[in-house]
Amino acid sequence: MSQGVDVVGVYVHDQDEALAFYVGKLGFRVHTDARNGDYRWLTVQHPEQPSFQLGLFAPGPPVHDAATASTLNAMVAKGAMPPLVMAVDDCRAAYERMVAAGVEFVQEPVARYGTVDAGFRDPSGNGWKMIQTRAAR
Amino acid sequence: MGEHRDQQDPALLRRLLRAKDRMDAASHEAWPIRRLAKVSGVSEAHFARSFKQAFGLPPHRYLLTRRVERATALLRETDLSITEIAFVTGWASLGTFGRTFRDVTGRSPGAVRARERAAAHQLGRVPACIVSAAHRPDLTSAVSEKRRRMERGNVRSHNPEVT
Repeated sequence: MSQGVDVVGVYVHDQDEALAFYVGKLGFRVHTDARNGDYRWLTVQHPEQPSFQLGLFAPGPPVHDAATASTLNAMVAKGAMPPLVMAVDDCRAAYERMVAAGVEFVQEPVARYGTVDAGFRDPSGNGWKMIQTRAAR
Repeated sequence: MGEHRDQQDPALLRRLLRAKDRMDAASHEAWPIRRLAKVSGVSEAHFARSFKQAFGLPPHRYLLTRRVERATALLRETDLSITEIAFVTGWASLGTFGRTFRDVTGRSPGAVRARERAAAHQLGRVPACIVSAAHRPDLTSAVSEKRRRMERGNVRSHNPEVT
């Protein structure tokens, strides 16, 4: 890929906590973890998707003033950020694996629309839909 | 302090979101304040006010929107009878279901079933949660205050655990 979307970020309340979640529980890998003073550029990658980075960014200085950071953290915590969708080849198997790892599911796997989907949140409140790419078995 | 006075603590919001998620996952169940407050780890006295401040409507009204939303989906996607749908989605009586459903959507369950089936469009490509959210009735503006008061009375009498 020479052109396309390279990084999309989510706001997280705490980058260490987010790293432990996305890497430790979901199996992502760290792509970049660079600091400059208080600022930390942190991106992770799905092991099967090397062309895309998910940014785990914490609201705060120097990008945001305190009030803005507080608002952003509140919006994430109340689940108001845009939906995120993860594709898996076996939703129920992924669910079992992730529950065992301590992922907080908000919806157990449901077979519908010819596939299977489930829902979970990251520790900050970002909501993920996990959708099976193959037809339900 | 001034500009932050209305800003709720993210940690509290995250716990309130957990209660909202639990209602989403099982809207047919009874969700008394005691149960919701326990999920959120806050006092019962604190819960309803905090929830409303965070999400714009009281927890029991949020629950009603989810039940109506689920009933609408079942009307659209299944052949269950309206009576069956009423009970599956958590209402204690068919009468309360029909009345609340009309209050929220402006139509009867039967009319919604007919309309939804006629307009069966390509929602299959949009994740189900997004479809649900897009179809979620907006109770804060869709129901007139008069009907709201009447309905509140009905809901209390049939479903005291919801409030």
